[in-house]
Amino acid sequence: MDGTTTDQLTTVPPEALGRLMPMYVWVSPTGHVREAGPTLTKLCGDCALIGRRFLETFELSRPRGIATMAELGAAAGRRLHMTLREPPHTSFRGLAVPLGPGQGMLVNLSFGLAVADAVRDHDLTDADFAVTDLAVELLYLHEAKSAVMDELSGLNTRLQAARAAAEEQALTDPLTGLANRRALEIALTRAAEAVDRDGPGFGLVHLDLDYFKSVNDTLGHAAGDHVLTEVARILREETRRHDVVARVGGDEFVLILRGPSDAERLVALSRRIIARFEEPMVFEGQTCRISGSAGIVLSSCYERQNPDRMLSDADLALYASKRNGRAQATVYTPDLVLPDDHRAQD
Amino acid sequence: MHGLMNRAIQCFLRDTYGAEVWLSVAEQVGIEPEGFEAMMVYPDAITESLLSAASRQLSKPRDALFEDIGIWLVSVERLRRLMRFGGVDYHDFIDTLEELPGRAQLAVPDIGLPAIRVIPHSQGRFTLICQGTVAGFGHVLAGVLRAMADDYGALALIDHVGETARGETIEVELLEARYTEGRAFSLAMPVAAGGL
Repeated sequence: MDGTTTDQLTTVPPEALGRLMPMYVWVSPTGHVREAGPTLTKLCGDCALIGRRFLETFELSRPRGIATMAELGAAAGRRLHMTLREPPHTSFRGLAVPLGPGQGMLVNLSFGLAVADAVRDHDLTDADFAVTDLAVELLYLHEAKSAVMDELSGLNTRLQAARAAAEEQALTDPLTGLANRRALEIALTRAAEAVDRDGPGFGLVHLDLDYFKSVNDTLGHAAGDHVLTEVARILREETRRHDVVARVGGDEFVLILRGPSDAERLVALSRRIIARFEEPMVFEGQTCRISGSAGIVLSSCYERQNPDRMLSDADLALYASKRNGRAQATVYTPDLVLPDDHRAQD
Repeated sequence: MHGLMNRAIQCFLRDTYGAEVWLSVAEQVGIEPEGFEAMMVYPDAITESLLSAASRQLSKPRDALFEDIGIWLVSVERLRRLMRFGGVDYHDFIDTLEELPGRAQLAVPDIGLPAIRVIPHSQGRFTLICQGTVAGFGHVLAGVLRAMADDYGALALIDHVGETARGETIEVELLEARYTEGRAFSLAMPVAAGGL
């Protein structure tokens, strides 16, 4: 700047400068504060800003290592980050520009993103900001957004609950697309009622995967999910359209095979399914090996249909298969007894 | 109309007249007892039938209902604070009312507040023109203006003088900017600002 700039600056009275830049500081060549804007004066309160050394009042954090006026002068035109050395250590961003020869520097400060803290710490009002400053709009937006976010989080909670309710009412297992336990119970009740009305009989196969847990544990859940999807595909292929295929637990499946059927045919079907389970399934270059065990019941074994009883008898037959060394299919007969520790074998 | 506006009507009915009145109105309109979702936009016809049902239920003319809603809005601390951001005193508040829809839009882009024009006259008199999609919205604004005058501690006459082709017209006469102390306002957000 040249000499005429000095003349021009002196034509701006401090009050006017303070309205334009409520947080300006005029720093003398010796590093002392000669003038300060009203907001900055309010911020510093009792510490009487005028006459103090600028660099003893503010600590520059960026650019680093500014300790002298010469170094501050060198940082002119760059974005400065600084904090009040005294509590509450309010942070600022600012810009320093050199004035004319012998005039020192003019530094203008703003709060940047710390504006909400500064407003709280120093009890600032609208009048403390320049009319051109968007700080108050920022505060407004901050509050308005908080209000909106609160309403939104309420909406999310309600949506979450609605989703949980919908899932509970759903009839499909999301991973495999097979029927879920709820759908199985509905289908089984209907099939049992049909038999009681002299309708066609049906067979029920309870399948449990063997070694599935070790696939999950060693190759990860993604591999496990792949195996379950493959199992679902095999079960769909091995059954007819009017049969029911349900996933009723992590690695448990139940088939309802409608129409007259005999035990031998169901055993053959189960063995075919188990044999297909045992074919290696490849997931991302890794081979997953599983097998399966089956328990079979026939509606024709019962005088009166009882879905719960059928399921527990199929369960019993399944555990007989497990007990006999897995990869088996066992048909329920009343002489199958339930050993006390059968669940511990899984 | 935006869910926030519908929800404001819902909360006004519930807070002012009790849950029973809200439930009865909701049933007449055919909406769930939980009411409106704040962040969804509803067909204007729903708002219309909501207002008609509330007006019938309370035996209150629509204009008076609207004005009460305006007054109630300012009683919600959060909204009162957002309004107070509009100006350092009541004069300033009126002067910058034109910016209110823009401010609201910053936070909720599709809020759809009516456009407001402020025509200042001499001696603290203003004419406000309100152009909303919902007929009678100017009465909500009149209610807000009345409640905000109290909030700033100003003494002002507010008169909804009817509707012309330009929109609804409200005349404001500011008699005394600091008639009472008014309510306190600090730019700093209170720690526990409640929702609607």
